[in-house]
Amino acid sequence: MIMPFEYLDHTADVCLRGTGETVEEAFCEAARALFNLMIDLEQVAPKRSQRVSLFAERLELLLVEWLSELLVQKDLTGLFLSRFHVDIRQGKDGFHLEGEGWGEPLDPPRHRVKLEVKGVTYSGLHVAHKGKIWIAQCVVDI
Amino acid sequence: MSEEFTLKRISQSEWLLEKSGEMRVPGRIFADIQTIEQLQTDVAEKKEWNALRQVRDVACLPGIVTAALALPDVHPGYGFPIGGVGAFDLKEGVVVVGGVGFDINCGVRLLATPLHKEDLSDVLSELADDLYRTVPAGLGSEGKLRLTLDEIDQLLREGARYVVKRGYGVEEDLVHIEEEGQIPGADPTVVSRLAKQRQFRQVGTLGSGNHYLEVQTVVRIIDPEAAAAYGLEEGQVVTSIHTGSRALGHQICQDYLKEMEQASRRYQIPIRSRELVCAPILSDEGKRYLSAVACGSNCAFANRQMIAHLVRSSFARILSLAAEKVRTVYDIGHNNVKVEHHLVDGTTCELLVHRKGSTRAFGPGRKESPPDYRAVGHPTLVGGTMGTASYVMRGTNLGMEKAFGSGIHGAGRALSRRKAAKKYWGKDVKSAMAADGIILRAHSLRGVAEEAPSAYKDVERVVHAATDAGINQPVACLRPLLVIKG
Repeated sequence: MIMPFEYLDHTADVCLRGTGETVEEAFCEAARALFNLMIDLEQVAPKRSQRVSLFAERLELLLVEWLSELLVQKDLTGLFLSRFHVDIRQGKDGFHLEGEGWGEPLDPPRHRVKLEVKGVTYSGLHVAHKGKIWIAQCVVDI
Repeated sequence: MSEEFTLKRISQSEWLLEKSGEMRVPGRIFADIQTIEQLQTDVAEKKEWNALRQVRDVACLPGIVTAALALPDVHPGYGFPIGGVGAFDLKEGVVVVGGVGFDINCGVRLLATPLHKEDLSDVLSELADDLYRTVPAGLGSEGKLRLTLDEIDQLLREGARYVVKRGYGVEEDLVHIEEEGQIPGADPTVVSRLAKQRQFRQVGTLGSGNHYLEVQTVVRIIDPEAAAAYGLEEGQVVTSIHTGSRALGHQICQDYLKEMEQASRRYQIPIRSRELVCAPILSDEGKRYLSAVACGSNCAFANRQMIAHLVRSSFARILSLAAEKVRTVYDIGHNNVKVEHHLVDGTTCELLVHRKGSTRAFGPGRKESPPDYRAVGHPTLVGGTMGTASYVMRGTNLGMEKAFGSGIHGAGRALSRRKAAKKYWGKDVKSAMAADGIILRAHSLRGVAEEAPSAYKDVERVVHAATDAGINQPVACLRPLLVIKG
């Protein structure tokens, strides 16, 4: 059995990795890995939804765009997300992503908060499939 | 193929990474043997992140002068190592996003009180509770100062001065902030609307991760002359605030990583790592980024100014201490890039100095230091780990010659966050600190585990190496009485 998401060692920060049978699943799991650094996912009820629409020339860059956009939306709307759905379509110049996340605003102490993620880096960036498994990973700055 | 790095030992705490391949200058690492061995182990184990490679990559950038430097708290970062310094010729050189990083002008403000440690013994817990309530910290916390978009622009232009103008602080604070809390050339139009919107709720918030607020006591004076100039004495109660430019700085970095990637291609600068994207200093892109960093830096100064005000309000409530009795000793950043004058081969040159996880540490006599500190050089603030010690240090003449007047910024991590969280429990860390008489108030216990003192290098070792190399000089040792974590 594979872990849907996990964290790899990095001295100062965290390298997160989402996996799945499709690239979309791997992106969703990477997003869950991102929010799981900040809050306990099981405590976040999917009450409200948030849509994003993105484009990038390469799949790796699309992952950075996706995770960065989720961080931005978290600051703007105050929504913490725990479930995701993603569609990725390859176009002529690159990749288009239509994504949706579900969650709720932060409500401590009901929500146990963890750490804030400052940004998504290009370090350790890797989107590829190994056999039947897709991996989407990068280092985030804490 | 495994990478090879030839290190030559120059002295006990100084090493030369010899020039090879595309390196334009050598690397110079100020560190003790244990740190060097750790860096070499990372290479041998083929770790994806290794600081020696990062020193080498910085040494390959156009226009770099003398050497790519790493200071004793060096560990792997993004593009630049943490604890890295890179100085570039203004005409030939480049400005590098990774030389500043995400948390632009993250830094430390030190406040001094006239109180003695004994004055707090009965009210320490009450003070901790009040600070915990008063200073917004941790994920999702919101600042008390709400600004409009126009006001944010003003804050980005004026930095700490803007906050003082709003009534949160005094003019004397500004004299004792690096660059008087206002980096010139900050044009808010080069900062995205998104970056400003993300900041709306975050002005005057501490954040989380390694950020903290500590009420400390001076346990040891090492350099009496400098300590007297800074107004520090044994037993005195002081407060350190460690935070940065919050979401605004993070968004500037994210925006410019993209913009500078295109610039690197346009100017045909080979990029060895994505975070080393850069542009010529004098190009439009370079100037825009430098202006954006000035905005981010001013935001960080303003943020620490606002928190200093909140700290003063707590001291007033709990100890009836008037705000003007809580004096700013100094405020200095450790993630920034600035134009400075330095002697290179006997000639004074104007250089662009990047410091990533490193502070400015100008020695005696520089006009950039506040007049009352000029004879000894301005203080540098070295954050320790939450259970151990922090240091006030100062720059030296040798540091001006060898390290572009740069100083260490902290202990530097030894264990990854993941390993630390596996090894320690937040509650145990808290109890261990309590047994040492240190009160901890934290918003996240997981964060406490990740920030466990043993997850960091021993700050004493780092301070010792910087002192031994002659680049920094310790002035005073501070020990925490209470710690507020995000």
